[in-house]
Parts: sequence; C-alpha cells; structure tokens
Amino acid sequence: MNFLDNIFFALLLAIGIGYFTINVKKLIRNINLGRDVNRSDNSSERWKNMTMVALGQSKMVKRPIAGFLHIIVYVGFVIINIEVIEIIIDGLFGTHRVLSFMGVFYDILIGSFEILAFLVLVAVIVFWIRRNVTKLARFTSSDLKGKPKNDANYILYFEMVLMSLFLLMNAADLHLQNLGIGHYNQAGSFPISQFIAPIFNGMSESLVVVIERIAWWLHIIGILIFLNYLYFSKHLHILLAFPNTYFADLNAKGKLDNLESVTNEVKLMMDPTADPFAAPANPDAVPAKFGASDVQDLNWVQLLNAYSCTECGRCTSSCPANQTGKKLSPRKIMMDTRDRLEEVGKNIDLNKGVFVEDGKSLLNDYITTEELWACTSCNACVEECPINISPLSIIIDMRRYLVMEQSAAPTELNNVMTNIENNGAPWQYNQMDRLNWANEE
Amino acid sequence: MSENLIVPTMAEMMAQGKQPDVLFWVGCAGSFDDRAKKITKAFVKILNRANVSFAVLGTEESCTGDPAKRAGNEFLFQMQAMTNIEVMNAYEVKRIVTACPHCFNTLKNEYPELGGKYEVLHHTEFIKALLNEGKLAIEGGQFKGKRITFHDPCYLGRANNTYEAPRELIQKLDAELVEMKRSRANGLCCGAGGAQMFKEPEKGNKDINIERTEDALETQPEIIAAGCPFCNTMLTDGIKHKEKEASVKVLDVAELIANAQDL
Repeated sequence: MNFLDNIFFALLLAIGIGYFTINVKKLIRNINLGRDVNRSDNSSERWKNMTMVALGQSKMVKRPIAGFLHIIVYVGFVIINIEVIEIIIDGLFGTHRVLSFMGVFYDILIGSFEILAFLVLVAVIVFWIRRNVTKLARFTSSDLKGKPKNDANYILYFEMVLMSLFLLMNAADLHLQNLGIGHYNQAGSFPISQFIAPIFNGMSESLVVVIERIAWWLHIIGILIFLNYLYFSKHLHILLAFPNTYFADLNAKGKLDNLESVTNEVKLMMDPTADPFAAPANPDAVPAKFGASDVQDLNWVQLLNAYSCTECGRCTSSCPANQTGKKLSPRKIMMDTRDRLEEVGKNIDLNKGVFVEDGKSLLNDYITTEELWACTSCNACVEECPINISPLSIIIDMRRYLVMEQSAAPTELNNVMTNIENNGAPWQYNQMDRLNWANEE
Repeated sequence: MSENLIVPTMAEMMAQGKQPDVLFWVGCAGSFDDRAKKITKAFVKILNRANVSFAVLGTEESCTGDPAKRAGNEFLFQMQAMTNIEVMNAYEVKRIVTACPHCFNTLKNEYPELGGKYEVLHHTEFIKALLNEGKLAIEGGQFKGKRITFHDPCYLGRANNTYEAPRELIQKLDAELVEMKRSRANGLCCGAGGAQMFKEPEKGNKDINIERTEDALETQPEIIAAGCPFCNTMLTDGIKHKEKEASVKVLDVAELIANAQDL
C-alpha cells in the first residue's frame, strides 16, 4: 500500500519539477532574445549588490511597514522551505519525520518553522488587507486592473493556504504523537499548532490520521503547484531578484549608455580622412535599427528586469509624471515589456522556433508615445525599485527609436534639436552671443 | 552693485601662454537665459573673489547634447559631444566646473567613453572646496537665520549621489535649513528633466513644478534654494502660480553665497 504512495509521490514530484524546468528553459530563451550587453565586469561589486539588495532586502525597508512584513514572508519562505527537504524524503521513502534523529536541533527547527509560518500568515493577511480593504493607491491604479490584481491575490491565498496546511498538519501530527499512534513518534516542538491540536479531541484516531495525511499531501502538492505558477506570475521575483540585482547597471544613475553604432557613424562623419565608401570593418555589427520598438531590440538585462518585476508599484508611486496625472507608469512599462515578450515567446513556440511577424510591437500596441514623452528622466523609479530594475532605460531606448528611426519627436523637441544642430543651444540664439552675459549690466 | 567681472576665455589664456586651473562650463541656460545669467554672474563673482584661475570657452562652447540625448537623438548628442571634446582636448582641459547639473552629469558620465576625460565638479562642490581650502570665507550676512529649503536637482542628487555640498553651503550662511518631506534620494523632480523643459507637458491633472512648489511651500521657507538653472525656472514659475513672489524667493546656492558677501 505504502509503496503505491511513494510511487505516486515520485511521479508528482517529477511532473512538478519537470514542467517547471521546461518553463525555466523557455524563460532563459526569451531573455536571450534581447540584445547582448556585457555585465560580466566588476563581479565583486555585483556580488555585494546582490547580497545587500536581494538577500539583505536593503531597499525594501525604505518603506518600513511593507519592508518589515516582506522580510517576515521572505525569511519565512526561505527557512520553512528547509522542511520541504524532509517532506520530499518522507514522501519518497515512506518515512515519517526522517530528520527527527537530530533531536533537540530538530525541535528547534520545527518550532521556528511554526513561529515563522504563523508570522507569515499574519503578514500575508495584512498584505491582503492593504490590497483589498485599505486600497493603497499603488495597488488600485488602472495598470493593475484584471489579471495582475488577481495574480497578486492568488499568491496571497496560496501562501495563506500553505501556511494553514502546514500548521494543521503539525497539529494533527502532535495529536497523534501524544496518543502514541503507529509511526507518529515523539518529534519536534509545536509552539503554534499545540493550540490547534485540541480540535482533534474526541475525533477518531483514523480520522485524525486521514486529516494529517490530507494536510501533508495538499501541502506538498500546493508547493509544487506554486512552484509552477511562478513562471506565469509576478511571483517569479523570488528567484529572479537575485540575478536581476547581480546584473543591474553599476554606473551612476545619470549615465545613459552611448550607442556604439552611433559613435562609429559620427566618427566617420567627423573624420576628414575617413573613406565613406570603405566597406564596414564588420558588416554584421551594423544594427538593424537604432533604439527599440520591440522587445528584441532591448538588451537581455532589460528583459530580465521585466520578468523580475513584482509589480509593487513603488516606481509608479514615486514617478512625478504619474503623480500629476500623466499616463506614464514605470510599472506598466515593465509589465508591458513582459507581456509582449511572452507573446513573442509563444509565437516562437507555435512556429517551430522562429518568430513570425505578427504585425504588433511593444511600441504603440503596448506602450504609447504619450507615456514615453511624459518621462522627465528623473530616476525616481530606478531609485525606488527594491531590486534595481530600470524602467528609464527602456523609455530612453524607445524614444531613440521614435526620434532616430521615425523622426517622430514632439514638434517642440524637433525645434530644440534643430537649434542645437544649427546654433549649439536649445534656443535660437547665435553661438557668437554666448559670452554676451559677461558684458551685460 | 558694480559689475567688474573678470571672465577670461580659454582662447585669451592660450594666447598669453597660460593654462587656467579650471574650465567654467557656463552651459546654454547660463549663457542665454536671463534668470540663469544672474547665477552665472554670481558664480563668477565668487571665482573672482577667491582668485581662482579659471576660463570659459565663450563662443567656442556649445550645448553638451543632454536634451538631445534624453529626447532620444543619440546622433545629435554624440556630434555635440565629440565637437566639444575636440575643443576641450585642444585646450588640454583637465578640470571643469559647471553650475548646471545636466551639463555636469553629461560631461562627467557620458563624455569619458567618447574621449573626454575630465574631473567634473558641480559649482556647489567647487565652492565648498574653496571654503575648505581657505580661499573663500563666508558669513551669513542677509541670510542669517532665514528659513531656506533646498530642492535637490535630479541630475545632481539621484543621478550622481551629491546631496551634501549644497546643504553644507546653506548651513555656512547661518541659515535655518529646512527639509521638504521629499528630499535627497526621495526628492521630487521639478518637471524639467529629460527634455521636458522644452516641451509642453503631456496631458495630466497638474504640472509637476506646481506639485514640487507645494512641497517647498509646506516648509514655509523664505527662500527656496536651487542648484540648477532649470529647477530654478520651474520653481520660480511655481511660486508665481501660487502668487508668493512677494514672500518667497527662488535663488541658486551660488547667488546665496555671492549675495551674502555683497559681491
């Protein structure tokens, strides 16, 4: 009998991990659709960033309430998952609490899991209240309508259910341990579930065993479902926050990259000895277009950013354009990038590994020019992001496409650019008058 | 106020076989905008008072390309950058000081890769160094005890992590420095960055400079200190909009220092 359980468990585990692996491969393929950018430099600073920002949550606590609650859930998640190791061994080999040989240490572990599970439950309930009852502005804005709002709530429900199942399982286990039934040997300490255990008083032993088993199975099945839900959810950040902070831009925030392709052309233009008809040294190096109109024109770090975004909206809530009623929402820039990237990925899946033109693009179909032209490039969004995502870099790349490929800048900016070109200033003043101020009264 | 500004150009200095210690990059606003020209002059007065060996490029200076780059015109930006770099390298410029955070950011961060490697300072950092080196002494003068709030320019603050120099200068005036609810890394943009200065804002329900002016007015300041000619314009407009010109002045940190010394 038990043997069947073990096979079923192994099968479930294989399916759960297998499907997740397939999606991780898809994720990596999609991220690699982006242009190359070198982020292999300065590894010590990158490790430091990852340790501080992702592991250490240093930017989360800038908003203390959300930061504190998030640390509880984060620490709870990491620590309680140690328990999954035991669950997997028990499930595969039909043992019960196989790690209990560790004695006192095991008691401490289980005890701390329980306390954390309880704290996580409380934190997640507060999170749910912030989203659905007190309705924080950044959780109710229009870019979260529909799927993203549901996604956020599903994650919270998942966590509530998983933590409850964990505590229920322990409570039933404790009850059976106290009765000295079968293989329910005395192991672990149960600072929280001891208060739940009394509900089993008066129930038949077999019923409590069934409840314990159901809670145990649902808990591990829930974990596997949750694992596989990640790819389809903003919750992917629990994994991607780490590479995302590692590969983040290390330069001063004010620095925009200088397009190398443009540098080559400008040098050619300014060098009187250059031969304009000479064959380019490396013809493949000429980019198909300047700037970005679709996800493939962005670099892979920007695409990784999009998958890592957990839609917390700190960027949008600090964006001066958004606060003053403009259409721009940096969070939406990231969500749109991910949605479009997923669409492109599915297109590739359907067409045997090649992208077939679908008449759509990130620009216009997802992100409008009105959003792009509302940005003041103030870097508030970049500063706020708890995992160092840069919505600004995407906005600038898309402006580059609009201006350099489509000449589609707002009229006033076209005038500014003409002035800069003609007289070296954004206004129509003669460059020869540039020092007049020194002699004016 | 007597205006005896000594403003040598790089060309004049070179003709005399001299090399100034620092190039003062005036910028387009500082050269042409009537309000910003006052900031330029205030800073020159400080340079003159401290006997700083400096020069300007004058008619050889051209837009750094910042608004073009942020508007998406990388071509124009790099053309401007390379032209400017050629001029500055010909003069063997090593150090640059500027009163415009946009020029500051571009010169400091975006020029090096294109061949323009200089030590670039914001004028507040430069003035602070003059004080530290004992080349300049300041007293509070007319600003003693005044409530002054400082608006962080995005391109000085968040973009380049420079928050303290302007504040230290204000404190040196024995003024009462009051912080807005959003300051330093959390400072709100004035609304001018990213080439917004030169266009109408997109559709919304408020102008950003009004939002920021309200932040400033909440501190009940007598003076709003700025460190950027564009922020200055935006906040001055905001104050006019709120009809507070009579009670609140918007002044650049360089103007505070120069005025305090009656320069």
